[in-house]
Amino acid sequence: MEIFLQQIINGLVQGSVYALVALGYTMVYGILGLINFAHGEVVMVGAMLALSALTAMLGWGVPPLLALLLSVGLAMAGCMALGYSIERIAYRPLRHAPRLAPLITAIGVSIVLQNLAMMIWGRQYHSFPMLFATSSHVIGGAIINDIQIAIVILAVLIMAGLMVVVHRTRLGRAMRAVAENQHSAQLMGVDVNRVISITFMLGSALAAIAGLMVSANYGLAHYYMGFLLGLKAFTAAVLGGIGNLRGAMLGGLLLGLIESLGTGYIGDLTGGFFGSNYQDVFAFFVLIAVLVFRPSGLLGERIAERA
Amino acid sequence: MFVLMIAALLFLPFITDALLGRGWVRIVDFAMLYIMLALGLNIVVGYAGLLDLGYIAFFAVGAYCYALTGSPHLALAFPMLFPDGVHLSFWIVLPLAALIAGGFGVLLGAPTLRLRGDYLAIVTLGFGEIIRIFLNNLNAPINLTNGPQGISRIDPISVSGVSLNATQEIFGITLPSVHLYFYLFLAFTALVIFISQRLEKSRIGRAWMAIREDEIAASAMGINTRNLKLLAFAMGAMFGGASGALFAGFQGFVSPESFSLMESIMVLCMVVLGGMGNIAGVILGGVLLALLPEILRHSVVPLQQALFGKSIIDPESLRMLMFGGALIAVMLYRPAGLWPSRVRRRELGSDEADEKV
Repeated sequence: MEIFLQQIINGLVQGSVYALVALGYTMVYGILGLINFAHGEVVMVGAMLALSALTAMLGWGVPPLLALLLSVGLAMAGCMALGYSIERIAYRPLRHAPRLAPLITAIGVSIVLQNLAMMIWGRQYHSFPMLFATSSHVIGGAIINDIQIAIVILAVLIMAGLMVVVHRTRLGRAMRAVAENQHSAQLMGVDVNRVISITFMLGSALAAIAGLMVSANYGLAHYYMGFLLGLKAFTAAVLGGIGNLRGAMLGGLLLGLIESLGTGYIGDLTGGFFGSNYQDVFAFFVLIAVLVFRPSGLLGERIAERA
Repeated sequence: MFVLMIAALLFLPFITDALLGRGWVRIVDFAMLYIMLALGLNIVVGYAGLLDLGYIAFFAVGAYCYALTGSPHLALAFPMLFPDGVHLSFWIVLPLAALIAGGFGVLLGAPTLRLRGDYLAIVTLGFGEIIRIFLNNLNAPINLTNGPQGISRIDPISVSGVSLNATQEIFGITLPSVHLYFYLFLAFTALVIFISQRLEKSRIGRAWMAIREDEIAASAMGINTRNLKLLAFAMGAMFGGASGALFAGFQGFVSPESFSLMESIMVLCMVVLGGMGNIAGVILGGVLLALLPEILRHSVVPLQQALFGKSIIDPESLRMLMFGGALIAVMLYRPAGLWPSRVRRRELGSDEADEKV
């Protein structure tokens, strides 16, 4: 029972991060019908930027809380600039090109980002500095620490904020209009290019926060961390119904739970044949299963088939 | 012209050997393997327009097929079942490897190919990573793949009883092992080119191109798009599997390291850079990109050493950076590739694409 509860907690924490990243995929997909393969790398860049800034500022003697806020701000700004440039360079010129073209540039962008990051930050793991004395709490035998609580609360707040932006503001209305029909939106006076740029920047800002969360949770950051994270977050977006914001949140949490429960119990279920080193495999099988049985995802209404 | 080219190819290993040394013949051999892979991927990406980002996984499947059946590994892992190992002949394993890789292709393609192309891209991307996790971890509790250490002592390929792993004397000409493998790979590449060419002109090939250009129109013309896409995907996988078996026999050793995402990207780059759907273009891309790392290794490090006194950027990451940049640049400025096919140029070069929303 303790293990079960522990895995639920781990799953929720991990799932919150997936949800934030999945939102980035799903927003871009909703508006452009494009899978932004480079999104996972944006998460990685966010984590690396935040970590470098944090370490540097702590070295200068900046108080921890201020340093954290400043480095989050820096990482978000950096990622927003990155997201904007990716869209301008790699996607906008190809908006009316055959489908294959933006997919190929997307993979090109992610390769470039990954290798640039490796040149800048090296191949080694970077450890997340201790900022505060964190305490752990015991709930029914399971352990949860302050960082994990902060991650879940922050993720929920950000998602609520995003829903407000999308459903209550002028910008949000413009975003939904562009998602519905680009041409009609343009005729109604919406600056389509601006809305698309802002969408990319919003998604990238979320990615930066998610990157910081992952590295705070595991205490590590690495130039290769974005690849699998991106793949899983994409799975989460598909699971919830790609293009659907609530779906991305639900999908993220569900995938986090599936993964952590799966990892926790696979050893027992298969009599020790498969172990926890197969953790990264679950997301993939979830993806295949969703595509076979419900390609439109849990909350998606539109059929995914659109040539 | 054609005769001259064939003559040049036949003498290539000797010329390379004389001018650059034996090591470069090996590099040329690997370039041939890459060309085979690129031609296989060309069927999927170039003809049918499906983006496969985990192509190297099929290569891995083929390589492990021959590694398991042609090495003493199974004898060590299951002494009860296979006291002497399997040691099947390469020529039996080759079609098997192709079939098994093709089977994996069907397994992956069936659920995804009825959806939009993007899903195939991400599923194959995932599959490429998953296969590596399995290869890395299937050494316990049953040692099937020997994990990260890989499988070594794989039997060399032999042609009608003549092992290609030793220097042979034929008609008074001494042929070292790398030369022998070169001719084997040359023969296989020629076969792959022949099949590709026949496919391109066939009813199936034309259907693939119709699907690539407009899936809805193609299905309106009575083409069974799902089955044909599946066929393209499975066929590409089969070529990948066959090349993998060749690779295992040539190298004598396989480990999960050889099948990273970067390899998939490299093969994709060959196809995209050279010219999707054009056999000559793909071969050009394959030659350029297979030789690039070697050229970089021999130029970047000494250059940096001369300029800065130490190596700042390692050639490996510079190469990947160039690949990524090339993928973006080609798509933006020359979407049909360096050497485009005529059909493709018409399709991508016209303004008609702008009207499609």
